[in-house]
Amino acid sequence: MYGALWRALPGPAWVRALLLLVLAAAVVLACFEWLFPLVSEYMPFNDPNIQTDAAGAVPGEAPR
Amino acid sequence: MTATAPAPVRHAGRRGSGRGAVSAVVGVLGELLITLGVLLGLYVVWQLWWTDVQADRVQAEVLEEIAAPVPDAEDVGTTVRRDEPPVMAAPGPGEVWGTLYVPRWDGKMMPIAEGTDKRAILDQAMAGHYPETVMPGAVGNFSLAGHRQTYGKIFHDVEELQVGDPIVVEAGGTWYVYRVDHMQAVRPDQVEAIAPVPWQPGVEPTERYLTLTTCHPIGLNSLVARFIVNAKFDYWMPVEDGTPPDLVGQTAPPAEGSA
Repeated sequence: MYGALWRALPGPAWVRALLLLVLAAAVVLACFEWLFPLVSEYMPFNDPNIQTDAAGAVPGEAPR
Repeated sequence: MTATAPAPVRHAGRRGSGRGAVSAVVGVLGELLITLGVLLGLYVVWQLWWTDVQADRVQAEVLEEIAAPVPDAEDVGTTVRRDEPPVMAAPGPGEVWGTLYVPRWDGKMMPIAEGTDKRAILDQAMAGHYPETVMPGAVGNFSLAGHRQTYGKIFHDVEELQVGDPIVVEAGGTWYVYRVDHMQAVRPDQVEAIAPVPWQPGVEPTERYLTLTTCHPIGLNSLVARFIVNAKFDYWMPVEDGTPPDLVGQTAPPAEGSA
């Protein structure tokens, strides 16, 4: 997989290494800015609310 | 020699192609698993580090935007008031309307917003006001939620609070000073913590309370419990009269001395 990627990239070895670094940085950025925030919505962690509903929204009615 | 040389190579190649297909699949599978492992590691880095970086940045911007009053040791108010405090009208959902000060946490300041939406409020290093609870200064239980870890972890040091510690709220030009009087870990569904009289749902309140709720224990497991801090109202003063003595490490005169 990564071997094929390496062969698909143009230029001498140092250009390919540089391109791979840029690609890796792009992947990390996409994960941090978009993928991880999306995934975290479905994670049960980090809900400090005193209620079990996942949305974190507390109904306007008196507490159950 | 030269004629026979290619034969074993071709032979090996052909025998290898069966194994080659398998090893290619295993190789790709291995690379996928490595990639997955790296991504999971990145997720942990993002959750434990980057969310703090982002939320702290937003929090600093918000504090600047709402022009939250900064405690000033040179301008300490001399008259604290224990009569009926002014109470702000309830703001719209999502509105940032006040600031929370906890001297015990190295003078930490946190914006207060209306509602406990995770993404829009809590994840931005703000304290979220439970909309069904009263506004600060009102008779009843003014309750706030905040993250214990990640996303700015505003309530990280909640267990370092001690009974008697001041918790100060600024809203609508008024300082409200509360004092911690009870701390406890509870199950996540024990909503009586934010009842008008904490722990006594259904009872008509006669006093002014403040309650902080956050995750417990520290770790990525808000599934286990919540940590609750209950505080009672002590005194109030208008912001133009100066900084409340408790915000700069001084002690306000006791209730008997005033009024």
